[in-house]
Amino acid sequence: MSNRSAKILVFSTEKISDPAIDMAGLLKLHYPPQVYTIAVPCSSGIKPRWILRAYEKGFDGVFIAADGSDCMYGESCTEKTGALVEKTHELMREKNIEPARLRMAAICSVCSESFVKQVKSFNEYLLKTDK
Amino acid sequence: MKKKLGVYICACGGNISDYVDIERVREAVKDEDCVIMAKTTMFACGDSNQKDMEADIKENNLSGIVVASCSPKLHLTTFRGVSERAGLNKYNYVHANIREQASWAHSDNKPGATEKAIHLVKAAIAKARLAESLEPIVIESKRAVAVIGAGVAGLKAAISLARMNDDVYLIERDSKIGGKLNELETISPENISGKELLERLQKEIASEERITLITNAEVVASRGNIGDFKLTVRISGPQGNTEKEIHAGSVLVSTGFNSYTPAEGEFGFATVPNVITLPEFRKLMGGQKKAAEGGSGKLVYNGKEINSIAYIYCVGSRQVKGDNKYCSRYCCTAAVQASLDVRAIAPEIENFHFHKGIRTYGKQELIYKESNSKGDVYIQFMDKKPPVVSAAEGGISVKALDVLTEKRESEVIADLVVLVTGMVPDSDTSIGTLFKLPKGRDNFYNEIHMKLRPVETVIDGITIAGTCQGPKNVMESVNSSLSAAAKSHSFVSKGELELEPIIAYVNADTCNWCDACSKACPFNAVAMVETAGGQKASINKSTCKGCGMCLPVCPSDSIELISFTNRDMEDMIDVLAL
Repeated sequence: MSNRSAKILVFSTEKISDPAIDMAGLLKLHYPPQVYTIAVPCSSGIKPRWILRAYEKGFDGVFIAADGSDCMYGESCTEKTGALVEKTHELMREKNIEPARLRMAAICSVCSESFVKQVKSFNEYLLKTDK
Repeated sequence: MKKKLGVYICACGGNISDYVDIERVREAVKDEDCVIMAKTTMFACGDSNQKDMEADIKENNLSGIVVASCSPKLHLTTFRGVSERAGLNKYNYVHANIREQASWAHSDNKPGATEKAIHLVKAAIAKARLAESLEPIVIESKRAVAVIGAGVAGLKAAISLARMNDDVYLIERDSKIGGKLNELETISPENISGKELLERLQKEIASEERITLITNAEVVASRGNIGDFKLTVRISGPQGNTEKEIHAGSVLVSTGFNSYTPAEGEFGFATVPNVITLPEFRKLMGGQKKAAEGGSGKLVYNGKEINSIAYIYCVGSRQVKGDNKYCSRYCCTAAVQASLDVRAIAPEIENFHFHKGIRTYGKQELIYKESNSKGDVYIQFMDKKPPVVSAAEGGISVKALDVLTEKRESEVIADLVVLVTGMVPDSDTSIGTLFKLPKGRDNFYNEIHMKLRPVETVIDGITIAGTCQGPKNVMESVNSSLSAAAKSHSFVSKGELELEPIIAYVNADTCNWCDACSKACPFNAVAMVETAGGQKASINKSTCKGCGMCLPVCPSDSIELISFTNRDMEDMIDVLAL
């Protein structure tokens, strides 16, 4: 893999995916340092405008480390996070931003390896497309 | 009024500063807007630094602080405490995680780790500039704890909790309680049997009215959170399965361990006759009368009288090539004790111990001394040259290079080989999967911090005790269970818990009631109210949980979440994007 790194903003969730990201560090599972995390209570509460702001300010990609079925706020989280991603994809198309620059995956509290795999693969994709 | 911020960048004794140039971080952030002081510190969490921070807050009249250190899961409450002691509302403190998410995650790239740390601290400063004084939300917490697993750790935890006046649901998957205590012959150095200890604990359990013991039971589903976990327990009985729902404010997991099973051929296991594991050896001795109490003075296995035994230590532990790098802690003592027990049954038996360095620490050293004084032979082999076991005429050959005889080969022909097997995680991982409990590199459940928060998990309200957390002897299991009981008690004892005051609020000026937020809310916390300006959404502060599900669905972007407002988020995004 190239040493170059795309700039990726991760929206994690305080109780579910952020512990997994912390554990990735604890286990020294390395990933590109230009991956920055902002933790929110629940992935279904992320506003599309925040995601668009990230692209506007220079992020190459945005990754939503979603709660999935583990969400402490209820089972509807997965569906609602999916809906906001869909809505954001539409807004991205309107602004000529490639929708593939927004990715989402469910990252549970122990999914450290999965998180690292996801962001590495996303980084490679973004570098390939040179976005 | 403009904020006055203090910034503290922790070295974490090298955990951070070995990879992140913290002085460079300090230089990069010291002139940020609102920052009036920026310091580096060896240990931000240390008592002396906490006192310095309190003094800084008071002397400089700081209206906010940023601490850049380890994960907030570890020290959020520590620094909130510092703020409160200094008279600063605790929600004016913002944390930047530059250890797990910078120094450790990027230990392969020091410049990258430093750059990331600078950005993370600047983002935290951006958030701190907007932080407001808040009061926590108080919720009810059920005065009950569910203890899962009734081995020695679960039993002691249940008794301890009941004596602190908490209701306890003690859930055991087997038909009888006690776990591995049922198999223990002699517990060192107290010299009591597992059976005796279990009988004592059973009596104590029976005398505690607050303990509800549920055997043949498994937790199959969990809903809710700290303060009110709703567990579905499936109980199997002669008439089939029944299900019961229990409510508990906290869950204490004490699901125990399995003994390591050697692979076929590992030190002759399952390929050379008379090679058995330590648990099998204990079973063999179980019920045999001591010679001094009228026993035959002989030990027979597979129809053969046993006159010599070779013990091979660290089987499945401290592996050079395998996955189990850890020491199982209890097995040296257990093997030495077993060798003493077998001498009591058959006094003429010769014991040969092949080990990597005996770890009978603490008081357990006494039994090692006793074993030596009785003539047991100890042969220390090297990590990379384990003993070789093979069938030989008249017995089993065990050959090893002895460290103490300048690596000359020693050979023992033994009648029985005992593989001193260590601990591995319980093969039933259903509880860990259900609660999503993180595991460490050893695959045992992981605490938040082995010294600072040794029985808490990252899942709020769930504690761990005993050997499900890692190898421990009986005494250590009991100690950890008492600690976990105290922690679980602290979650339920007040009958209420403080939660983050993170709730949604509506901008009535821009809201045009459309029902989308109300439909999105899983807690019925949004209602329509008639105002002079027309129909508007209104948030019920006591039922809003702060999930934010109502935010992205609002077409006029009229709902915000405290601490996660558009300005909070966009300021952080702007800083991170630079």
